[in-house]
Order: sequence, then structure tokens, then C-alpha cells
Amino acid sequence: MKISVIITLKKDVLDPQGKVIHQTLDGMGFQDIHEVRQGKYFEIDTKETNNDKAKAKVEEMCKKLLANLVIENYKIIDPK
Amino acid sequence: MKSSVITFPGSNCDRDMDVALKKFGFKNKMVWHADAELPKSDLVVLPGGFSYGDYLRCGSMASKSKIMQSVINFANSGGMVMGICNGFQILVETGLVPGVLLRNKYLEFICKNVFVKINDKKNKYFKNVDNEVLEFHIAHNEGNYFCTNDQLKEIEDNNQIAINYCDENGKIEDQFNPNGSLKNIAGIFNKEKNVLGMMPHPERMIDTSLSGEDGSLFFKNLINNLK
Repeated sequence: MKISVIITLKKDVLDPQGKVIHQTLDGMGFQDIHEVRQGKYFEIDTKETNNDKAKAKVEEMCKKLLANLVIENYKIIDPK
Repeated sequence: MKSSVITFPGSNCDRDMDVALKKFGFKNKMVWHADAELPKSDLVVLPGGFSYGDYLRCGSMASKSKIMQSVINFANSGGMVMGICNGFQILVETGLVPGVLLRNKYLEFICKNVFVKINDKKNKYFKNVDNEVLEFHIAHNEGNYFCTNDQLKEIEDNNQIAINYCDENGKIEDQFNPNGSLKNIAGIFNKEKNVLGMMPHPERMIDTSLSGEDGSLFFKNLINNLK
């Protein structure tokens, strides 16, 4: 089963890369942007076949390694 | 005094640290990250470098390596653990010291000498250092210290800030902050002050043929404080 995870920076954390991307987009003519925040995306292919169990395991992975909860939030996308 | 320097895949300041520790009298052992047991040590050092290619977040992979469980146990039982640069990043990822190290504010890799002011001398790392200000070297891309407001309050209440970026006279101001660190923080302790994480490299300032000798002051003092 494939489970996806999106990691984003928390609201109050400075994202200098997002800022530079914003400025560059602005320079390219995309001038109607409020803000750009950069994040990370993971696809985890697990042997687990039970949906709830797989999600619980991925949640544990997020807390222990994939995200640093001081600065990041994680969102697990429901497997289809 | 016995010390151990942990080598992770991608560490590149481990040998410099070995040279520095030996120069000031430590009997140092190099320890491989995949080992489970820590040799008997009075000081454990997590050196600088780019462990695991800085994948995911700097220090995140190394913080889960086999030897780190022993290092964490050693620190929790009061052992002296010092993390320099990437070692500091590894320490924050283990949770031994609070906060995180973000990408430098202006997205530049910074490699230069800086001045740091010692904020607290009631600990074995900086006790009896005569100088208030030391000149150290920094070389990092992710040294922008950040923590939550609650953490900052706790750090300040417990006097856990070890050193702050400053000018040569010890003035701590925004203009002397190289990387955007909160409150110009260059290094912090855990609550008990046996664990120190700092971005600057004292091991790069131990010889007149290098760019200074303030690292010598630091190491001479450290070994005396541990005796």
C-alpha cells in the first residue's frame, strides 16, 4: 500500500527558500502571489495491507524521523 | 582524561577534533557510528561535517545511528557531550538540546571567523576562561538557531545559552549575527549543562599557523575543568 506524506513548515517559521522562490516568480511576471512556502513530499510503499494500521505506522514515522515537530507539520494523505 | 570522537559517514572534522583533543592532553579514541558501545570516556564529541549528506534534515539520520543510543544514555547519566557544527545539528535532532538549526537566513554557506561572547561560565565548558569574547571559526549552511517561544523562555530561565555571536568587544547586535539565529545564539546547553551544542569550531583555532588560538584557550580550560 502506498501512503503519501506532506511535510510543511509551521506558520511562524521563517522559510528563506520559499521567500526566494516567491521573489523569482515575482520577477518572472507572476506578480499576484501572497506567499510561497516550500515543503517536502514522501511516498511510502508499505507491506502493511490494513489501511488504519498502515496510517498509524506512517504517523509514527513522521513523529520519529520524517518531520521535526518543533518547526514542521505533517499531513498523511489517505491511500486510495 | 579520555575522550571519544564519533565518526559518521560524511563527518569531516573528526580528524581535526582528534588532533585538537590530543594536543591538549586528552587520550582520544575514534568511534565508528555503527558501533553499539561507547568506550569509557570523560568527554564525547560529535564532530562537524555533513553526516549522511545532510539528507532529510541536517543531523536527522545520524541522530538515529546505533552509537547515538549509547551517547544519549551517557548524556542522560551526566556525561559530557559536545556537538560542534553538524554535531550540534545531530544534538538538536536527538532532543538532548532544545530547538532546531534552520537554513541560514540569507541562504549562503558561511565560512569565516566570528566573535562569540560567553554567556554562562557556571559549567565545565567555560568555567575559568579568562576572556569574555572568543574568536572562533564557523562554516555552515544551516546554523540559524530557532526554537518555540515556550522553549526560548525555558532556555533563558535556565540560563542555557552558552555563547552568542557578537563583535570583538562583546556587543551582541543584529549586525553581528551571521546566520539569522534567534537572539544571536551560537551555542546552547541542556538544562544540566553537561551537553553543549555550538556552531563554531574551536578545533580550527588551536595553532598560530591556523587563524588564531582562542580554541587553545577553550581546550586547555576544558581538560583542566574535567580533571
